[in-house]
Amino acid sequence: MAASPTATALRATISPKPPDRFRTLIGVVATTAPAALLLIVVVLFQQAWPSVTHFGLGFLAGSTWNPVTLQFGAWPGIFGTVATSLMALVIALPVGIAVAIVLAEQGQAGIRGAVGIAIELLAAIPSVVYGIWALYVLGPWTFQHLESPVSDRFNSVGWLSSASPRSLFTASLVLAVMILPTLTAVSRDVIRAVPRGLKENAIALGSTWWETTWRVILPSARAGIFGATILALGRALGETIAVTMVIGNNYQIPQSIFSPAYTLASVIANEFTEATGDLYPAALVELGLALILVTLSANVIALVLVRSATARAAI
Amino acid sequence: MADRRPIEQTLAQVGRPELLTVPGASPAKINVDSLSFFYGRNQALKDVAFDIPERKITAIIGPSGCGKTTLLRVFNRMYDLVPGAHAEGHVLLDGEDVVSTRNLLELRQKVGMVFQRPSPFPMSIRDNVAFAPRLLGWPSARIKTVVEQSLERAALLEEVKDRLNDPAASLSGGQQQRLAIARCIAVSPQVILMDEPCSALDPVATTKIEDLMSALMREFTIVIVTHNMQQAARVSDFTAFMLMNPEGRFGELIEFASTADLFNRPQDDRTEAYITGRFG
Ligand SMILES: Nc1ncnc2c1ncn2[C@@H]1O[C@H](COP(=O)(O)OP(=O)(O)OP(=O)(O)O)[C@@H](O)[C@H]1O
Ligand SMILES: [Mg+2]
Repeated sequence: MAASPTATALRATISPKPPDRFRTLIGVVATTAPAALLLIVVVLFQQAWPSVTHFGLGFLAGSTWNPVTLQFGAWPGIFGTVATSLMALVIALPVGIAVAIVLAEQGQAGIRGAVGIAIELLAAIPSVVYGIWALYVLGPWTFQHLESPVSDRFNSVGWLSSASPRSLFTASLVLAVMILPTLTAVSRDVIRAVPRGLKENAIALGSTWWETTWRVILPSARAGIFGATILALGRALGETIAVTMVIGNNYQIPQSIFSPAYTLASVIANEFTEATGDLYPAALVELGLALILVTLSANVIALVLVRSATARAAI
Repeated sequence: MADRRPIEQTLAQVGRPELLTVPGASPAKINVDSLSFFYGRNQALKDVAFDIPERKITAIIGPSGCGKTTLLRVFNRMYDLVPGAHAEGHVLLDGEDVVSTRNLLELRQKVGMVFQRPSPFPMSIRDNVAFAPRLLGWPSARIKTVVEQSLERAALLEEVKDRLNDPAASLSGGQQQRLAIARCIAVSPQVILMDEPCSALDPVATTKIEDLMSALMREFTIVIVTHNMQQAARVSDFTAFMLMNPEGRFGELIEFASTADLFNRPQDDRTEAYITGRFG
């Protein structure tokens, strides 16, 4: 079929492809972020090279950190990083979502607005201030009123034994407070964005406020809340100074959640200025690489989870 | 367009003497008596009174903002969601007062509602229909039969019977609206309230819903709010015409009569002006 001249002309004007110059521009902009990440990884690899060649993959699994004998392994740091972040999520998620649900309700806009702003302001506090507060207030308080009673009572349970004022648990608690604003603010906005019709339909079918929230609103907001969680996890994994001040800085796999531990970011922050020689700084840089690996893995796992969840529900 | 079904009975007493009265009415399902409604300090309805006949389709028409939705939402107490809203007067469902009842679950099981937008819940087609039965704690065997029955009665089963576990959002707009109807009738309500159920649908889907309403009328008392006067004339047995009072800024019931009478022999000049399109 021969196209008529007008049809050809029309097709030329409404070509589905954007003009070439525009596509080039978009392409350049779009590759900036991955390129930057790649560049960072390459530079880190360069810096870490002595350690990478010396320890090989065993670096990730090694559990000693001894600058004197030059024995370095990342495993306790990886463990501490992942454990504190996950525990922080477990603590902050229920609180954050509950507060978000309440804030997303209608009515009493004044009070809800004030609480909302207060929570968002929590995000503006510098992390070193959180660290000081945790060191002098939160840590001693939880040690006295939470960790000690619990570990006395459950002394036979290994992972709840031997309380100490600076511990994995204290660090997780500070992290939980620190990620709460992100979690709450984003979840609140996501819950607010759930179409009003869904709520009204559920109410009209006789469900109570609880049933509506639990069965209709939260499932509708699930994807967004998941996004908020990933954002919060990212912050928790990379948080350095506040954790360093309360985790106890003990490079070991802790026997209990109340024992001192260490995170990747804390080791780097504490030791980088004193690291001398060749292998020692290289090993610290390699810890940075391990940290990138952990955050990337967390994001990839999250992506896979989101994909499979949306494939199942396809909202 | 003429009515599809002849109107065999009309309403005798409609609560207000100045409104049309005809002998031989069907029994009233809902009695509305001196009903006033307030959003905070703003009055939205004043002294509405009429009887909604059982197993008939009653249409509520009137210009935008005259309080049709407000009136409809009194019948199942949806206004409870609006802070500061309250009703005065009486709405009796089978003699029991709706305005003062405390058992909202029971009320909303008896009085279902279909909205303008279907709003499928983020779950499968089956779970959408099973939603209200599950709230009532019915055994799963009963829920299973009820899901199929409701989809069948909502004229949707044929189209979805092979994909009951698919997400409800995968249905077309018209199918979603029939799903909303199935979801609503799953717990066998006695009254179905519909607020402009076809205004988001194309003509074919609208026809399907209208046919469905005619079929459902045998079992349910239906109250429909519509902007579309042809639709009111096509599907309803009775029609209530409402108008915003120009001074008080509240909605009033101007005339309530059998649909044939209201459209052919309106008693009030304002009704006539509205149905002949000479209004506002
Ligand atoms: N949630 C609310 N809060 C305060 N006022 C409201 C609320 N909902 C409705 N109103 C007011 O009540 C009056 C009646 O509104 P309603 O929605 O019942 O009208 P309607 O007849 O359904 O209009 P439409 O045909 O546009 O849907 C309007 O003046 C409206 O502004
Ligand atoms: Mg309306």
